[in-house]
Amino acid sequence: MTAPVLAVDDLATHFFTRAGVAKAVDGVSFAIQRGEVLGLVGESGSGKSVTGFSLLGLIDPPGRIVRGSVKLGGEDMVGLSRERLRALRGKRIAMIFQDPMMTLNPVLSIAQQMTLAVHAHEKVSQAEARERAIRALIRVGIPAAARRIDDYPHQFSGGMRQRVAIAMALLHGPDVIVADEPTTALDVSIQAQILTEMRELARETGAALIWISHDLATVSSLADRIAVMYAGRIVEEGPTARVLRDPRHPYTRGLLGALPSRAVPGQALPQIPGATPSLLRLPPGCPFSPRCPNADDACRTEPPRATEGARAWRCHHPVMERAA
Amino acid sequence: MLGFVIQRLMQAAAVMLVMSALVFIGVYAIGNPIDVLISPDADQHTRAEVIARFGLDRPLWEQYATFLGRLLQGDMGRSFVFGMPVLSLILSRLPATLELTLLAVISATLIGVPLGMYAGYKPHSPVSKAIMALSVLGFSVPTFWVGILLIFGFAVQLGILPAGGRGQTVNVLGVGWSFLTLDGLKHLALPAFNLSLFKMSMMIRLSRAGTREIMLSDTVKFARAAGLSERVILGRHVLKLISIPIVTVFGLELGSTLAFAVVTETIFSWPGVGKLIIDSISTLDRPVMVAYLVLVAFLFIIINLSVDLVYATLDPRLRKGRG
Repeated sequence: MTAPVLAVDDLATHFFTRAGVAKAVDGVSFAIQRGEVLGLVGESGSGKSVTGFSLLGLIDPPGRIVRGSVKLGGEDMVGLSRERLRALRGKRIAMIFQDPMMTLNPVLSIAQQMTLAVHAHEKVSQAEARERAIRALIRVGIPAAARRIDDYPHQFSGGMRQRVAIAMALLHGPDVIVADEPTTALDVSIQAQILTEMRELARETGAALIWISHDLATVSSLADRIAVMYAGRIVEEGPTARVLRDPRHPYTRGLLGALPSRAVPGQALPQIPGATPSLLRLPPGCPFSPRCPNADDACRTEPPRATEGARAWRCHHPVMERAA
Repeated sequence: MLGFVIQRLMQAAAVMLVMSALVFIGVYAIGNPIDVLISPDADQHTRAEVIARFGLDRPLWEQYATFLGRLLQGDMGRSFVFGMPVLSLILSRLPATLELTLLAVISATLIGVPLGMYAGYKPHSPVSKAIMALSVLGFSVPTFWVGILLIFGFAVQLGILPAGGRGQTVNVLGVGWSFLTLDGLKHLALPAFNLSLFKMSMMIRLSRAGTREIMLSDTVKFARAAGLSERVILGRHVLKLISIPIVTVFGLELGSTLAFAVVTETIFSWPGVGKLIIDSISTLDRPVMVAYLVLVAFLFIIINLSVDLVYATLDPRLRKGRG
């Protein structure tokens, strides 16, 4: 096994709000290899998006990375100067967002936006930058790219807009791509296309892909490994097939049980009781304990990180038998 | 685009027609100019003769029709007081107002927008708070008072800038312009600053609000994720996004200042159209008032049309579905 291209260790990002400190990300660790796809799964407010933004150093005040490290090819990005961080963003680590209508600038043409992105890292002529942009558009499957590059975002369909965003992320051949729910805003049929294409592109370029999603079904078809987040931490992680077949953490199990594809027709969909805790007032110990069927007094203390081969979990009472 | 322009021109003609009628009736209602025009001790015969000469014995609708007919031939009538054609009277005063207003509005934009963008970019820095304090001041302090203070400070106490008048002018296209000579620029400085203070405050607030909002948007986050520097993000992404409201206010301010720079022109005895309209109201010089207001309406229409055309070049989404 080679050294991981990105290694995150004990990352914590807190938001210092008037109501208190929101621990959006609190002690997240994972590593990812070149060409690997990691699915980061969790419900809204689990800290998965904040984790993504933290990787690029894109946390705005009142948020701040309070501890931990994000090592990109051995260099720790936490604590880097603004200029050094900027030089890495888009060049070696890129990000794609949820809604391409919101991310692309509506009043600049695709050519203008893409050449700005080229020039952010390389001093090339305008013509050369444009040529690079067209090649990137062709690679993500934009038809008639050389002509359409002068169009504006509103002239593209949702799926095409997201392809443009992906092309921008791929411009400099980054080592790591963070994709924050990039298919959520799209039609289901387009979702599947983008999903397969992203996987292909990551494999071709050798980039590591971190796919952030609330949709376990989507991620399971795409990711080599899955990390499940709950209340700012990764509660379970491992190879996709094994986590899905045999979840160890009660939360993962609950999530899987709530998947519509696994439900018995005619019966109510199983739910996890309760609601996600407020990040401002997390219960002591395991944050899932108030909703957990297996919880007891031991869960009031911090659960240890247990490992078994390629997988790991954080639970005092892991589910050891196979999920039904 | 051509269809859009034609449509707008037809709208403009309708607006002009309604506007001219409103103005005519409004001015008619203000008072009878005869009392001002004819000396009280004139005999009945002279009175009747003067009234007939100005067409004031006719009913309102007939006077309006006559006025409209002449207007269409480019004749806006003669001033009762100055005895010269109204159009040339206004045009002789317009350059003074034009240069004052343009200088004020343009400098307000060129200074106000960067300051506002800075304040929106770093909302919590002391400099931004100072900028916002300045803009509150610019909004709330009355123009005439600032004008008097400026004269007191720069003209009376320091003696470095003149207190009024246009200074030395240069004739270009048959009219005199102050901004082409050093002396003229000195005379322009104080009134232009006085006039621009309020507009600058408006530009600061507008660009600050826009910048703050856009800096939090996904567009900026995505640009940052692509590694764009903050300078490029502000200069290319944000500026273009906030430019539509700025152009709108620029147009409105340009129009209203051209028409109603009265206070500043009075304080700095600047011989522009603002002073002319005040004088003609006090002497009930009806043709001047009517012609002036009709011209102002025309000016607003031209400015609004230009603003609409600028919109289309700024925002590609507006280019379709027009016309």
